[in-house]
Amino acid sequence: MRLTLLLDMAVDGFGHRVLAGRRSGGITAAELARQSHSGAALLRQRGAGALVYLDVNGPAFPVALFAAARSGIPLVPLNYRLGQRQLDALLARHPAAVGIGGPGVLAHFQRAGLDAMTADEWLTHTTADRSEVSGAPSDEEENPVAVVIYTSGTTSEPKGVLLRHENLVSYVLGSVEFASADEKEAALVSVPPYHIAAVANVVTNLYAGRRTLVLEAFTPGEWLRTVREEEVTSAMVVPTMLARIIDSAEDLSVPSLRSLSYGGAPMPAALIKRALRKWTGVDFVNAYGLTETSSTIALLGPQDHRAALASDDPVERARLSSVGRPLPGIELEIRGPGGEILGAGQAGRIYVRGSQVSAEYAGLGRAVDDHGFFDTRDDGYLDEDGYLFVSGRADDTIIRGAENIAPAEIEDVLLRHPAVLDAVVFGVPDQDWGQRIEAAVVLRPETGVDPADLRDFTMRALRSSKTPDRFWLLDALPRTETGKLLRRMVPGLVEEAGR
Amino acid sequence: MAVRLRTGQQLVSAVDNTAVIVIRAPAAECTLTCGGVAMAGPGEPVPAAEPDPSLLGGSELGKRYVDDADTIQVLCTKAGTGTLALDGKPLLIQAPRPLPASD
Repeated sequence: MRLTLLLDMAVDGFGHRVLAGRRSGGITAAELARQSHSGAALLRQRGAGALVYLDVNGPAFPVALFAAARSGIPLVPLNYRLGQRQLDALLARHPAAVGIGGPGVLAHFQRAGLDAMTADEWLTHTTADRSEVSGAPSDEEENPVAVVIYTSGTTSEPKGVLLRHENLVSYVLGSVEFASADEKEAALVSVPPYHIAAVANVVTNLYAGRRTLVLEAFTPGEWLRTVREEEVTSAMVVPTMLARIIDSAEDLSVPSLRSLSYGGAPMPAALIKRALRKWTGVDFVNAYGLTETSSTIALLGPQDHRAALASDDPVERARLSSVGRPLPGIELEIRGPGGEILGAGQAGRIYVRGSQVSAEYAGLGRAVDDHGFFDTRDDGYLDEDGYLFVSGRADDTIIRGAENIAPAEIEDVLLRHPAVLDAVVFGVPDQDWGQRIEAAVVLRPETGVDPADLRDFTMRALRSSKTPDRFWLLDALPRTETGKLLRRMVPGLVEEAGR
Repeated sequence: MAVRLRTGQQLVSAVDNTAVIVIRAPAAECTLTCGGVAMAGPGEPVPAAEPDPSLLGGSELGKRYVDDADTIQVLCTKAGTGTLALDGKPLLIQAPRPLPASD
């Protein structure tokens, strides 16, 4: 089950279709396959053990993914915004790599003693006919690593998540119908290439026969203009991007857009409601997944969104905050502290199993239990109808007295306050309670609010044990480029703000 | 000859271009045929064979094929002219169950 099987099927089914890039000048399935052969031969000639991609997203990325796949070596997309020390450390883990990077980052490869080229050079080199190059694709290993993605390291040193061919192919075959997209469909990708969603985007859209185009750098104006100009029909955004789009003063009309999926971080309920009311003709999809699970493992579909928004039933309404139901190929269990399987409505740790679940880390092996289940380290529960509610990372849980408190629940309330633009809730060591709750909020421009108001506002929605003892005002919260909150940095920031 | 199939296994036809990948494998040993002749692994040598003229229903690229009892599911990765069958019973195209695009 090699990834290239999907590409070869695409060539057979719709080889002439443009699958990457703008409508004119984009790369067809057949061209992508030819370039992947040429690129694989080039990588074999250079004795590459990995292909490192250190650049913004673009047509060079799918060519790199399939060339690496065809030659049986992993593609390693790295964050081009990392500092020199971090990049050097990651490059040192791939000693025989060939690199692709922007002109500004080629020096990193040189310092590491690696062979490298720019994305343009890669695209030019891979148009050359290399059918003469000897050496068959290395098929020695049946199921090699296709992609290595480093975790953002929000709490510790980055770990390399290994996604094998079988994981990614299983994900595609389990969630996408071949050639199901019509020729006019186009998907807009706004996440950077080192995010699992960018990798998943390439393979799922290719298999569906849907053209993908990428935004190199996200701004609300550029996103909206691209959707209109390229008649984009589907797009995936992280919640912070959706917030910036909906809050922007730009023209928000998106006549071609049929489907918008979101994920990567918790979606504030207030924000998704605004978006649903603004874009009534758009199908919203909430996707929940992890790098370790080859992207989506549960999703909340368009009908669920509409039903929740229109319903008077509190159970149905609440589903706007759920991530929907597990994919058919995923088995999901909620387990208690002793490992016991919990029933509907009972909160515990989310465990998953399925062939798309890699759960494998470089140098550490597979992190699964005796039954093959992977601990997501996310807490949550299933409702009576099997809808999954994710309350947050287990590591973020605040333990106040004997009570486990998920920051996300309180943050969600704060984000409903009209003056609050962004919010984080965190635990602070406390003599009496073990931890007490504090919050830092970012206010909307030209608004003011008394912390006592925020306190009352939270208390009205939740009980007093979940009301923060102290509110800090910050200019911005520390987030990764893809909207993940860097919680470990918050205490330092509020300390600075308090001085 | 009946064999035990496994998930992810690729099989090719002895009589045409058909190729499939096993998505769900039956628990018991079985014989998967195309055009009436047993399918084999991509590298395995196969004796030259002619398809049964009554088993030329063909297969479609990218479609999933299942049996009545839902014990097997294979995905057609290369289309061909022969009929796919499990232990002599022709497989049927499974109706797509589309999920909304999430990436």
